[in-house]
Amino acid sequence: MDMIKLTIDNREVEVPKGTTILKAAQTIGINIPTLCHFELEGLGVHNKPGSCRICVVEVAGRRNLAPACITEVMPDMVVKTNSMRVINARRTVLELMLSDHPNDCLQCAKNGRCELQKLAIRFGIRQNPYVGGEQSNYQIEVSPSIIRDMNKCVMCRRCETMCNEMQTVGALSAIERGFPAVVSTAFNQHLEDSPCSFCGQCVAVCPVGALTEVDHTPKILRAIMDEKKKTVVQVAPAVRVALGEEFGMKPGTIVTGKMVTALKMLGFDYVFDTDWSADLTIMEEGTELIGRLTKFLNGDKDVKLPILTSCCPAWVNFFEHHFPEMKELPSTAKSPQQMFGAIAKSYFAEKIGISREDMISVSVMPCLAKKYECSRDEFKVNGNPDVDYSISTRELASMIKQANIDLATLPESEFDSPLGESTGAAVIFGTTGGVIEAAVRTAYEVITKKSLPKIDFEELRGLEGIRSATIDVDGLKLNIGIAHGLKNARKLLEDIKAGKCNFHAIEIMACPGGCIDGAGQPLHHGNSDIIKARWEAIYRADKEMPIRKSHENPSIQAIYKEYLGEPCGHKSHELLHTHYFDRQTVVEVGSDK
Amino acid sequence: MANYKYHILLCGGTGCTASESPKIKANFESILAEKNLTDDVQVVATGCFGFCEKGPIVKILPDNTFYTQVKPEDCREIIDEHIIKGRKVQRLLYENPEDKEHISDSKHMGFYKKQMRIALRNCGFIDPENIEEYIARDGYKALATVLEQNDPMATIDIMKKSGLRGRGGAGFPTGLKWELCRKNEADQKYMICNADEGDPGAFMDRSILEGDPHTLIEAMAIGGFCIGATKGLVYIRAEYPLAIHRLQIAIGQAREYGLLGDNIFGTDFSFDIELRYGAGAFVCGEETALIHSMEGKRGEPTFKPPFPAQEGYLKKPSNVNNVETFANVPVIINKGWEWFSSIGTEKSKGTKVFALAGQINNVGLIEVPMGITLREVIYEIGGGIKGGKKFKAVQTGGPSGGCLTEKFLDTPIDYDNLIAAGSMMGSGGMIVMDETSCMVSVA
Repeated sequence: MDMIKLTIDNREVEVPKGTTILKAAQTIGINIPTLCHFELEGLGVHNKPGSCRICVVEVAGRRNLAPACITEVMPDMVVKTNSMRVINARRTVLELMLSDHPNDCLQCAKNGRCELQKLAIRFGIRQNPYVGGEQSNYQIEVSPSIIRDMNKCVMCRRCETMCNEMQTVGALSAIERGFPAVVSTAFNQHLEDSPCSFCGQCVAVCPVGALTEVDHTPKILRAIMDEKKKTVVQVAPAVRVALGEEFGMKPGTIVTGKMVTALKMLGFDYVFDTDWSADLTIMEEGTELIGRLTKFLNGDKDVKLPILTSCCPAWVNFFEHHFPEMKELPSTAKSPQQMFGAIAKSYFAEKIGISREDMISVSVMPCLAKKYECSRDEFKVNGNPDVDYSISTRELASMIKQANIDLATLPESEFDSPLGESTGAAVIFGTTGGVIEAAVRTAYEVITKKSLPKIDFEELRGLEGIRSATIDVDGLKLNIGIAHGLKNARKLLEDIKAGKCNFHAIEIMACPGGCIDGAGQPLHHGNSDIIKARWEAIYRADKEMPIRKSHENPSIQAIYKEYLGEPCGHKSHELLHTHYFDRQTVVEVGSDK
Repeated sequence: MANYKYHILLCGGTGCTASESPKIKANFESILAEKNLTDDVQVVATGCFGFCEKGPIVKILPDNTFYTQVKPEDCREIIDEHIIKGRKVQRLLYENPEDKEHISDSKHMGFYKKQMRIALRNCGFIDPENIEEYIARDGYKALATVLEQNDPMATIDIMKKSGLRGRGGAGFPTGLKWELCRKNEADQKYMICNADEGDPGAFMDRSILEGDPHTLIEAMAIGGFCIGATKGLVYIRAEYPLAIHRLQIAIGQAREYGLLGDNIFGTDFSFDIELRYGAGAFVCGEETALIHSMEGKRGEPTFKPPFPAQEGYLKKPSNVNNVETFANVPVIINKGWEWFSSIGTEKSKGTKVFALAGQINNVGLIEVPMGITLREVIYEIGGGIKGGKKFKAVQTGGPSGGCLTEKFLDTPIDYDNLIAAGSMMGSGGMIVMDETSCMVSVA
């Protein structure tokens, strides 16, 4: 590799050709401030518009200051990152940004986590010389998942990169010019009328309070306090490997037991586990896969293959908007959140002798699309939703903090029974490749009636955007595809459309890395090591489980015996399966629509 | 040209069109028909003569009489007096502001004396809607020469030696730009013309497109051959309807004559041009923003590298040149790099077209050799400040440029001197301000 020598702040540094000044400086501990620049290394996310100019540095011989985040090093370059000219320029840039930014930090959802606020602290901004200039004035928009307050937008365009490049959703883009320029949907339509998938990756990367999630915590606190209501909470697999970060614990710390204790202390009547319904999902989705495969192997050419997973609500929104013609391909199995809600308000409500109206069902999710998912009409019975409120990992952390609970020092407790028992197959739902691995563990044993020689399918794991593997199921070669990030999902869907795909089953998760990097998780601020630590923790949690195959979950076996009958049977179809809609809003040129 | 005794050339540029030049043309034609003179006199709508202050301009050939501010009702007098009786219409001749003498031949007018027309060579001289008039003026000869030689590197070398620099404002050496694009291998490359002229007051690109569209087509084909592109794209702003119209006619004619399309001049080289319309955003004149706009994306600049030569239109190597730059190319091939590089200053060769505007007597479009001073441009060509007021400053380089005051009046104009003076060449807008202009309001 070609190495380049240069001088930064009078210190010599040698870095590979193509390195930016920003990264070269980092190698010698010089931390140049950035704002618009955003990168998730190893996950293919890179926003580099070079537009905010907070990172400018002085390069000898260059007329103007250079943005360090996108300027590549040159041999013998002499860079100053802290000259008077640079510091003054940065302060001015920051002051100008603050001149068009509301001063409501104390009430802002991002208070304390805002990157603009951190810069104001770092530069010791005490007053603003530009006060009185033109201020943006945009309406705040609330959708089921996301709140957009564009008055706070700093035009870093990170959300656009996520929406357009990483997710290829195309909901957000800059519109208008000059002062009225703003990131919005086409024609400024409401997010709900746009092709938005509610994946929330825009929220996950927004440096300021322009994009935040809808906060349901006050309603949940009221429900808990209401003696007439029974509150039931479920917690998704990826929450337990990330919640600790909000309490200063190391990324990747598994806090399942402490989290259960905290939820009980908060006053939830029943603390259950989405992992339980993840096992249930495997029973249903796995049976559906085996059913379609058997038909296919028996020569049925009309059978819908490959089967696509349907656990991820943002992914469901995505294909309903962008590939409605393929809506027969995904499994009809509801997501674990919705399966749980349906069972809680039927089977469990009957069991404890209350009506579904007297039960408040809450989910804690690493996800913002789950908020939208639980508000869908098909997941309601007489207007009463199966899941009343879905909150993010961040919202749960806020509830715990408000209740004066110190998560780190709590003892551990077990989930309640019967919707709390789960397996290792369920916990790996929290990352890319996990759902399909769980399905394969069960499908293998159901098809072959033999015990798996090895439970860990390493070939299905990893963080590469698109992966594939062929699993030998006792002679039957099962071709598996995996995609995470909707850009990668789109590639696979286009291959299917073009008939270039020989997969039998494909797992898709909308967020890069899967739920571990969901938009409801603690903010990673571009540090992909945090995501990797969560990823490792998920597989550690799997290994620690005494049972690691969904069909071996005794509580799942019991509910089929007691209530549901058989997987994909009549009762299951009623409670655990759904259907999809054509929501196409953008019609392609040449289409007959 | 045919056996006409007289040619009446009248300006068909946007400015004179707005001052009723189409009506003047119609009047000439109907009067000639009435007098049975249509076989003897031809009326030609040409491109811009440049002297817009005095438009509409009518020029009579062969005696080179230059009538100014002609009105439709003057047509009969011009025909009766000049064409039939051979007597010039004195009242329509240009009046020298110094001695109040009438000047009939434009060559003797202060406005034209110091000009040198390379890029504008055909503007105001030929009918832009007739390819044969372009061909008669050595049109497409340069393309033929280049294709016959069949040595793209040799042509690039000529461009490099000529010293031609980008006329869009930044002044990047054109030959070098072509060479960089040529070096990048790809299955498809694009030769792009930036016709998104947007600097305040500048209209030289529009005038070239309206007055001599074939020079652009020829130059783009030459450039396409040199960089290895078979597709040419012209990004032109939709506010230039006349330029678009003329360019479309020219492209159609060039295709008809086999000068665009497959196997041009019987060689292996194929090249065609399509138009892309801009919505008039100033920033789309920046080449990366222009490319994004052509791709259907928001027209916004992105950081370079990657340069368009590496990743341009649809991520393919692309070369973007400005209209005026292209207009110089065929002449350089025809007359040689030695000739071209003998004009101008050490580092800025050839001529530059400027659009003179503001508080100056002779508003219009001029083409001058590099190295001329601002004083010569403003006082000799421009005829000085309006109303005899004092000069305060001249703004050059568009919004990115600056204002030059009296102390720079004797600075020779070239890329480097203007930058050293704190402004820049830009695409050639020159807005002159007198002593009453408020610099704060200007800013």
